[in-house]
Amino acid sequence: MSAIIILISVSLTVAVIFLIAFIWSVRSGQYEDKYTPSVRMLFDDNEIPEDLKNDKSVSKKIKKL
Amino acid sequence: MDFPKKSVTIVFDHSAVSLKDVVVLISSIGYEPLISLEKNDEQIKKDEFKNKDLTLKIGIAGFCLGNIMLLSFPEYLSKGAEIDPQLKTIFNYLNILLSLPVFFYSASDYFISAWKAVKKNYISIDFPISLGLIALFVRSLYEIILFNNAGYIDSLAGLIFLLLLGKLFQSKTYQTLNFERDYKSYFPVSVTVLKNGIEKSIPVAKLETGERILIRNGEIIPADSILFSGTANIDYSFVTGESMPEQKVLGEIIYAGGRHFGSAIELEVIKTVSQSYLTQLWNNDAFKKTQISNIQNLTDKVSKYFTVIILAIAFGSGLFWLREDVNKAIDAFTTVLIIACPCAFALTTPFAFGYTLRIFGRNKFYLKKGSVIEDLSNINTVVFDKTGTITDSGNISVKFFGSKLSHTELCLVKTLVRNSSHPLSRKIFESISGEDCSDDLEVTNFDESISDGISGIVSGIPVKVGNIKYLLKDLDCSYYERGHEFIKNPFSTNVFISINNFIKGYYSFRNIYRAGIDKAVEDLSEDYDLAVITGDNNSERNNLLKIFGSGAKLLFNQKPQDKLNFVKEIQSDSAKVLMIGDGLNDAGALKQSEVGISVSENITNFLPSCDAIIDAGEISKIGKFIRFSKTTMNIIRASFVISFIYNIIGLYLAAQGTFSPLVAAVLMPFNSISIIIIIFLMTNFFAKRRGLI
Repeated sequence: MSAIIILISVSLTVAVIFLIAFIWSVRSGQYEDKYTPSVRMLFDDNEIPEDLKNDKSVSKKIKKL
Repeated sequence: MDFPKKSVTIVFDHSAVSLKDVVVLISSIGYEPLISLEKNDEQIKKDEFKNKDLTLKIGIAGFCLGNIMLLSFPEYLSKGAEIDPQLKTIFNYLNILLSLPVFFYSASDYFISAWKAVKKNYISIDFPISLGLIALFVRSLYEIILFNNAGYIDSLAGLIFLLLLGKLFQSKTYQTLNFERDYKSYFPVSVTVLKNGIEKSIPVAKLETGERILIRNGEIIPADSILFSGTANIDYSFVTGESMPEQKVLGEIIYAGGRHFGSAIELEVIKTVSQSYLTQLWNNDAFKKTQISNIQNLTDKVSKYFTVIILAIAFGSGLFWLREDVNKAIDAFTTVLIIACPCAFALTTPFAFGYTLRIFGRNKFYLKKGSVIEDLSNINTVVFDKTGTITDSGNISVKFFGSKLSHTELCLVKTLVRNSSHPLSRKIFESISGEDCSDDLEVTNFDESISDGISGIVSGIPVKVGNIKYLLKDLDCSYYERGHEFIKNPFSTNVFISINNFIKGYYSFRNIYRAGIDKAVEDLSEDYDLAVITGDNNSERNNLLKIFGSGAKLLFNQKPQDKLNFVKEIQSDSAKVLMIGDGLNDAGALKQSEVGISVSENITNFLPSCDAIIDAGEISKIGKFIRFSKTTMNIIRASFVISFIYNIIGLYLAAQGTFSPLVAAVLMPFNSISIIIIIFLMTNFFAKRRGLI
């Protein structure tokens, strides 16, 4: 019987981890555009000009895109 | 970059590069940016939040449902055998824990919307659903906590999950389409103002009366104004539906909305943008109407009676048992509410609408939202705009009638019309641009008489192009007799040609009707009243009569406001109007009508606000679409009947006392899922029969 309880608590924990991953993915907007990411991988990476690299706010914004 | 939305976000250092440079750079690679002030960031964020919210709610409901089902499984299979009570308790309380986010987060929209409706003295379908959900939840808590029985948590989670899926299915939107445009998105963002000889750009909204503005070739007149210098060639096709550009001279009033072609002109503004003749249309009441129509939709109508009946049965059975046993009374009361929860019922409309929306979308007929289908099914009158809707606005046929012109004669005409910027001259020039003429033909004594015609002597031969009066001015009557036989069609726009003072014939300009329009009209005329309402002159009356027959109303020279009034007038005569139009001039009528459909050759172009957008190539299918929307409504009605039968069976079982958690867990999702399957099969079947799939 205790085996069942342990199993269930483990399975629930794993499930909750996935739930959190799901919530994170929705919040970060991964469900909004399901087509573009498949195309974006074909482009070259965004190049950040040297003088802007140190500017944290700029590189953060570019990463977000 | 967002491909479905066709948008790209650009980050640039505004201190080093100006916005203009960015625009120029993007234009140079062939992607001219669309300047739009329609949606501000807040609105976009709101929409995004709404989408995310629904996805999250479904995800969480699905997650909890899966786990609840897993924990409820022992109960399903335990027929006869006893489960360890300790385990059972743990499972039950875990179930309650898992149901909390489903009940309080995922289902919250139903409670909120039901409460809002009740506050407005109005019962929506969400009301009986909320009652059922609350009854399920409270009853489960009661059973689990007091008796350690399995509750109905699994049914609860399953129902909420299905309901949300229905919502998601109906919320299909076309991201690249915009149904809410007004004149602001057609008008330019800024305009060049002349002040003391200095040019300055200011936003159109800040334009004041008395200011001088400069309009260059291809620009749109933003406000009613008087022509101050230059000659204006104004193309009003988008505003009035009149396909022939108008020529204006000094001192004439030019109404806003026209596109100017030719060399730059100076205007003096006499009315502000929002008070201009055209934009006044938007001050009409039709545009102030809230989106919620006064007509109750089918679901709400049915659910009102439904709720009353359920409450009556629930209270009746509760009171009946109250005399014997309070526990039994509570039992009966909640059971009725649970069993009668109209979930299958509530799923019917979203799934039927959602699926029909997709079928229409595949046929390039895009609806703003599902409820348009219901409006479309109630239509009994179809009103067409002419230019751009049943005719192809960009495509005017130029045909020559009369004695055939020889190559040298064509060259004379071509050389003459090349000197004029009048739109008709340019059309003639285009139609004979294939003639290979030598460059040494010279025009002398060139004369252009505005809105009459042009004349000149081309290599010694006098040539005239213009209306019949202009040509006859210097001719004697014998020539008139000869020319007379060519004047067969006085209504269409004709330009006469005379060479060596002899009238050779005329160029006739006519609209080309869209392919399949006659079939569409024939199809529609069986069941619907038809009307054509156009800003154009009545030159096409005969052609329209041929297509529409004598039964249809044909109205010409209608202003945008007239169109709106016409729709209003026939509506008061119990007509349910479907308006099909394309331009700004139809905007009022589109808004006033029950369903407004915009016709577009290119869906990313400007379209007036409307309920639906149809691809110009598919306009012949319009009858099919209307009929199919009727079929959809019938499918919904049939599904209502089926779900009622389920409810009656459920109530019967409940009355027999055989309503166990297992029965509930099986019966309720079965209801909903079978309804969904029935809708899919029926819709698919009828769509195939009508040739839409």
